Amino acid sequence: MTDVTSGANMAPKPKTSLLVQDARTKRRNAAEARFRTYGVVAITIAMLALVGLLSSILYNGSSAFRQTFITLDVYLDPAKLDKDGSGDIAKIAKVTTFGYAPLIKKSFEAEFEKSGIGVDGMKSKDAAKMISKEGPAELRRFVLAHPHMIGETVTFEFLASGRIDGYYKGRVTMKSAEIDKNVSPQQLQLADQLKAAGLLETKWNWGFLTRADASENRPEAAGLGVAILGSFYMMIVVLCLALPIGVATSIYLEEFAPRNWITDVIEVNISNLAAVPSIVFGILGLAIFINFAGLPQSAPIVGGLVLTLMTLPTIIIATRASLKAVPPSIRDAALGVGASKMQAVFHHVLPLAAPGILTGTIIGLAQALGETAPLLLIGMVAFVREFPGAPPEGFFDPAAALPVQVYNWTQRADPAFVERASGAIIVLLVFLLCMNAIAILLRRRFERRW
Amino acid sequence: MYDASNPGVTLEQTDIKIAANKVQVYYGETHAIKDVNIDIQEKTVTAFIGPSGCGKSTFLRCLNRMNDTIDICRVEGDIHLDGEDIYDKRVDPVQLRAKVGMVFQKPNPFPKSIYDNVAYGPRIHGLARNKGELDEIVEKALRRGAIWDEVKDRLDAPGTGLSGGQQQRLCIARAIATEPEVLLMDEPCSALDPIATAQVEELIDDLRARYSVVIVTHSMQQAARVSQKTAFFHLGNLVEYDDTANIFTNPRDERTESYITGRIG
Repeated sequence: MTDVTSGANMAPKPKTSLLVQDARTKRRNAAEARFRTYGVVAITIAMLALVGLLSSILYNGSSAFRQTFITLDVYLDPAKLDKDGSGDIAKIAKVTTFGYAPLIKKSFEAEFEKSGIGVDGMKSKDAAKMISKEGPAELRRFVLAHPHMIGETVTFEFLASGRIDGYYKGRVTMKSAEIDKNVSPQQLQLADQLKAAGLLETKWNWGFLTRADASENRPEAAGLGVAILGSFYMMIVVLCLALPIGVATSIYLEEFAPRNWITDVIEVNISNLAAVPSIVFGILGLAIFINFAGLPQSAPIVGGLVLTLMTLPTIIIATRASLKAVPPSIRDAALGVGASKMQAVFHHVLPLAAPGILTGTIIGLAQALGETAPLLLIGMVAFVREFPGAPPEGFFDPAAALPVQVYNWTQRADPAFVERASGAIIVLLVFLLCMNAIAILLRRRFERRW
Repeated sequence: MYDASNPGVTLEQTDIKIAANKVQVYYGETHAIKDVNIDIQEKTVTAFIGPSGCGKSTFLRCLNRMNDTIDICRVEGDIHLDGEDIYDKRVDPVQLRAKVGMVFQKPNPFPKSIYDNVAYGPRIHGLARNKGELDEIVEKALRRGAIWDEVKDRLDAPGTGLSGGQQQRLCIARAIATEPEVLLMDEPCSALDPIATAQVEELIDDLRARYSVVIVTHSMQQAARVSQKTAFFHLGNLVEYDDTANIFTNPRDERTESYITGRIG
């Protein structure tokens, strides 16, 4: 048998030039070039998808931040609002919202007379319909807050109805108005005249961020105020519960707990919990927090607790990973100068792990902020018009949440809610960006301590 | 309590700092240290030499119970520090480690300022009543660590920004800031260049005036240069323990001779 490896039998290696690539090198280089191309293509597709997504949301949603307002001088007629002239607030309050509608009609009539605008064959009743149904209610709230103003003429800025607003955002046209029972071409003509007279204006709308949700037929009045506050309260609950519990759990499991089958089982289950569908946490929350513990439905406290359960695995996994990443030499160094285990962990390991922990926490919070499914099950989907109170009582008041509000609005029939849902998504995205910015800032701060 | 394997050696000094008797260490099933008896003397540099994996570092870590942090590690036999059993149930390893300081193979300064690195030990042990005293302790430790002149102007700079040799001297300063009685050094120069090594060795020689120093080293030249006593470990056994001069010129055991002449290792 010949020994193939023995040098004597081997043919002398042919001389090769470094200036010419051999076949093997060519294949290798081609494989590398292919791989790079795949990468560039993948990133390009991802970027295009992102740009498409963002531009569609911005295109649909940015108009939600602008709203059409109609400015009118309203004579607060004592004959209608305070018949016996007593000024008694209880009696004034007996005049319902319907009682205020004629005032708006009257002020249109006065306006027609004063500035000579108006469309032939159009009654002031039809003109009053250009004002949002929310208009009389706002007027009533104003009067109840300032009863001494009765008998005077006040300049009031009313929300225009959703269709008039849509006309200036391109959603409603003269043509579509002909077949729309909610708006007529005459109303649109009048709106143009009002605009020319400077009484109608489309401008920045803080109300979108500050108002409560509104019913199906007054989309112009719908705002995110309750949802933003509700989400904010829930984030506070999640942060206050999930961060300390998660970090403490991780520290215990990573640094103190003995390695045995119990901790192994716990470890596996924490990883599994991170993959549990979020709606399951909703069912759990419904069963435990509402049905068993008797906490109120739709309350940020329950939402926060459910989201805490959902966020904990994320935080624990991230925290454990960053604790593991701290070099053991630091622990040795601390123990070597006589620090106790706890001092070593809290003085040295934890500060080094902090950037990772913070990132994990913010990712968990961001996930929780965008979570819808579990909140549906605990009643956060309810229509809430009242703002929750100040903390801590406010945590127990009914509230909405941003993603649920998006879900709600996308289900409504009026096309005006499309822009509002997209606008709500923009608000949600801005919140997420802010949270990420905070995470990056905090990381920087901690990392700057070398 | 002299090593039974070399009864002929007479130790001139009678001050025994650490006395180990029949120490066994197990890592799970592995018997890493077998029946080690050794007396470490006060104000002496004792070197542990031996091939890799012979257990010298393991044994060193027994002396301040750093092995406690390893779950599967089990220590039997007894080790006395000034006549007190350090593995007694009543002993808190934290208190022990304040008395028996340690310097590690890789320089491991805390990612904090130079000042905080040195001040950390005194702070947690409450050695200073106020900032002035703490400043004094830090300066003294850095001076004894032979690094004061290099860092006195930048005590707020990060300890991790120093060169390797400076970092190691900073770690030594950190270890002596708590006023330990014994200083354990686990291959303190293995990550250093020859110049830094020379500086650290010089420092070790100075430290001998105040502390017992136990140093694990792979370099026989280093052991010969810095130590007065040398212990040779092989496969978990303490083969020979004697005055350094005797070990290198007149070893009793043939394994020691083979090792120092380079036949095993």
